[in-house]
Formats: sequence, C-alpha cells, structure tokens
Amino acid sequence: MPTLTVIEYHGRSHTIEAESGKSLMQNVLDNGVPGIDADCGGACACGTCHCFVEQAWRDVTGEPDAMEEAMLGMRPDRTGQSRLSCQIRVSDSLEGMVIRLPEFQM
Amino acid sequence: MNQAAALPDPECVSLDAIAISDTRLYQQDAWRPFFERLRREDPVHYQAESPFGPFWSITRFDDIVAVETNFRDFSSEPTIVIGDLADDIPFEMFIAMDPPRHDEQRRAVQSVVAPKNLAEMEGLIRGRVVEILDRLPVGETFDWVESVAINLTTQMLATLFDFPFEERSKLTYWSDIAAGSPEIAGGDVSHEERLAGLTECLETFTRIWHERRGREESFDLISLLQRDPSTADLPERPMEFLGNLCLLIVGGNDTTRNSITGGVLALNQHPGEYDKLRADPRLIPSMVSETIRWQTPLMHMRRTATRDLEFQGRQIKQGDKVVMWYLSGNRDESAIERPEEFIIDRPNPRHHISFGFGIHRCMGNRLAEMQLRVLWEEIMQRFDRVEVVGEPERIKSNFVRGYSSLPVRVHPR
Repeated sequence: MPTLTVIEYHGRSHTIEAESGKSLMQNVLDNGVPGIDADCGGACACGTCHCFVEQAWRDVTGEPDAMEEAMLGMRPDRTGQSRLSCQIRVSDSLEGMVIRLPEFQM
Repeated sequence: MNQAAALPDPECVSLDAIAISDTRLYQQDAWRPFFERLRREDPVHYQAESPFGPFWSITRFDDIVAVETNFRDFSSEPTIVIGDLADDIPFEMFIAMDPPRHDEQRRAVQSVVAPKNLAEMEGLIRGRVVEILDRLPVGETFDWVESVAINLTTQMLATLFDFPFEERSKLTYWSDIAAGSPEIAGGDVSHEERLAGLTECLETFTRIWHERRGREESFDLISLLQRDPSTADLPERPMEFLGNLCLLIVGGNDTTRNSITGGVLALNQHPGEYDKLRADPRLIPSMVSETIRWQTPLMHMRRTATRDLEFQGRQIKQGDKVVMWYLSGNRDESAIERPEEFIIDRPNPRHHISFGFGIHRCMGNRLAEMQLRVLWEEIMQRFDRVEVVGEPERIKSNFVRGYSSLPVRVHPR
C-alpha cells in the first residue's frame, strides 16, 4: 500500500493510499481525484489517462512500450515525463512517488 | 444480392449468407438481430460476396480494440471504408495513413481541437445555438433534421472556421461531395463534380488563409493553424492543406448532425430517461456521451491486413479487408451493460467505441462533446419536450448512420 501524491493541473494536491497490483489509473479513479478520464478502461487505446512522472521515478516505473509511445505521440501537451497511467502497475517500490495531471485529456 | 427481396430471417439464415454490408439493414433499422447473432455465433465473420468485394467483419468490442490497436498488422492504407476509392486527387489525409507519416501530420493539427482552445470557441457556438432555437416554430410540426441538425452543424462549421457566413452552405456541400462517391457509400456524386468542388474548396481556403494572416486574438481553426509553428506554412503543401480541411469538415459534419437527431429520438424512445434529464440537467454531459454511443454515427472503420495471420481462430490473408463494426461493438453485452437501453447516467458513459480507439481515435471528440453539451443545455432551458411526432427517415449507407428527416414539435417550458 504505497502512499502517492497526485497533483492536479492547477496545483491541488492529493495524498492517496494506493493499492498494489492495480494500475495507477485505477488508483487515481478509485480515490476520486479529478483529471483522469480513462475512456478505454485501461487498454492503452485512448490516451485519456495521461499524466506526468518525474524522471527520478522512471527507473522504477520503467519506460513506455511501443503502443504507449504511439498513443502519447498524439498528445499535444506531451513532454519527456508523459506516461499513460493505465500502463503503470502500482507496487510498494513506488512509495512516495509524485504524479502530476495535465490541463486536459483528449 | 437482390435488393428487391425481403431481408432474410436473422435466426434462420445460414451464417455464410449474412450480408452485413447490405444498406437495407441500416435504412430499415433492422441490423440488431443480425449483429447479435454474429457476436454470439460467428464474431469474426467472412462475407465472400458483396458489391464491395469480400471482407471480414469484427463484431465484438474487445476484438475491435485489438484490431484497432494493432496498426502494424491492420493498416489504414489505402482507405478506411469498405469500398475502395479510385482517387486521382492525391489527398494527404492522415486518417488513411500508417505511422510514421500519420503521426507527423496528425501532430501538426491536433492541438487545434485541444480542450484549451475549445473553451474559447464555446461562447461563439452558444450564440449560434440560441439563435436557431429561438426561431423554431412553436406549435407547428417541423423537420428537426433540416431546421436544427443540418442548420446548426453548418453554422457551427462556419463558426469554427470563421468562414463567410452567407456562403456557409458551401462547407456542407464540400463535405458531401468529398465522401459522396458511389464506390464508397453509394452516393451519386460524379467524378467531375467532385474534382471541381474540391478545387474550389482549396482555392477558397487558400484565399481566406492569406486574408486572415496576422489577425490577433482569433480562435477559429484557420487562425489556430496559422499560429502553430508546424502548420504555419500549410498552404505551401496544398494536398496536405486540402486533406486536413476535408478531414475537419467531414469529421464535424455528418457525425455531429446525426448525433443531434439521435439524441432527440433516443429521449423520446426512453421517456423515463427524459424525465431524469429534466429533473437534473447536470446529467447533460453523460447523456451526450450516451447519445454518441447509442447513435454510433459512423458505423464502421476498415483496415487491411498487411500479412497472413490468425485472429480469433480465423485465417486472415494479406490484403483482406477487415471491417470493424462500431455499431455492433457498442451493443456488445460483454463490454457494456444493458447495451440496447439508452441510460443517461451510466457509471462510465465514455466507455464506448464511437470515437474508435488507438492512434486513429477521433481527434475532435472533445469538440463534438462540447457542441452537443451546449446544444442540450440551451434546449433544456427552453423546451419541456422536443416531441417526436412521426417516424424518422434513415439514409442509405453502411458507413454513416444518419437521418434525412424527423418530424417533431417543441413544447416550451
């Protein structure tokens, strides 16, 4: 049950007790934090669970695969920190991770 | 295929004989039991003979997602509808391209319809909506398709492009001819007419582009394209310019138009849901998503297999057409609870397949949702009920699920 910090675009911060084994996307939704749409339900197929993960955590979360890369490529607000939260599996090793949400999902 | 004969019995006809491309299924609104049987007994179905040649039908939600996210095995080239189009206008249209060209061209224009820009357009769109609704003839029967759906979609297109308002019917005309060839959707636009029309479209927009250059604080699509570094020189690549214009015009025309009419029809067929909406207009955003699912304004998208492969136990050959039936995926009970019902407060109303999934997912999805939301906000303020008083007439196509007329009366609050 790692503790994560989710920061909305306009700065509101949420501390959530995440459930290991579930995706980051599902954890954010389950905790009622606004800013993730997740239209496709976690199939890496819509791009509406976009979030930003700091480089320091990339060793733990891993890098996006080819399909996630392709979906991220459609985001006009994509940065080097962009990830789809449905593709990150939460585990205890993410304790303390900070996730930022984008201005919009599309 | 004998078009004059009656449709076969969907439960008795042999699976091989189910002809899912037959436009009568859609014009007569008779498609439900045919797709239901295919989802149950033959979810990846082969139709050996059709006016469009042989093709595979993918009918289950999860299988559609699987095909759509596998762009290496299932290509969007040369085209994305059942019929092949012999085309001598070398459109650069990224909807019918694979990566990496698709990615470059889409990236150049997608920020134009990002929700950030949409907020700036909302006021303009609301103004048009109000004008149209305030002029509706209260107490008379009129055609919702003509008076509201077509009128409003045309005005919205003109507003989005800041196109000369009195010439706005040209936009609808160009949209109709761009996708109106007989080979693709059974239309009757001649080759010469199409070429002349699209040439005029390109010339008109090139002129508008040059006249508009340097105008500040404008949030129309042309100004946004001009301000974005990757598209600031778009007219220097005329076929890419024309391709993107047509995609924006066609993409925002039939789809929104038929969802506007579909919403009225759905609420009339489900009066309990209409009551819910009247009691709580905050349901409008989820009702809009449910309408887009329920209507499924584009019934299919097509891919072409790039190699011999096995999919769900069927042998698909390189070059085979693979048609993903969004209409069926949106009625798949294994993905959507009580799919035949129109339920405006579903827990996850955006979990539908009308926008497609994967890298070709509809770029204008948030724009479409915004337009429909604004329309319904204004309808609910004015009218207790938009009452359907006769049968809808449906268009002949296996691609666009649309209406040519719907008689209604409006009852003010």
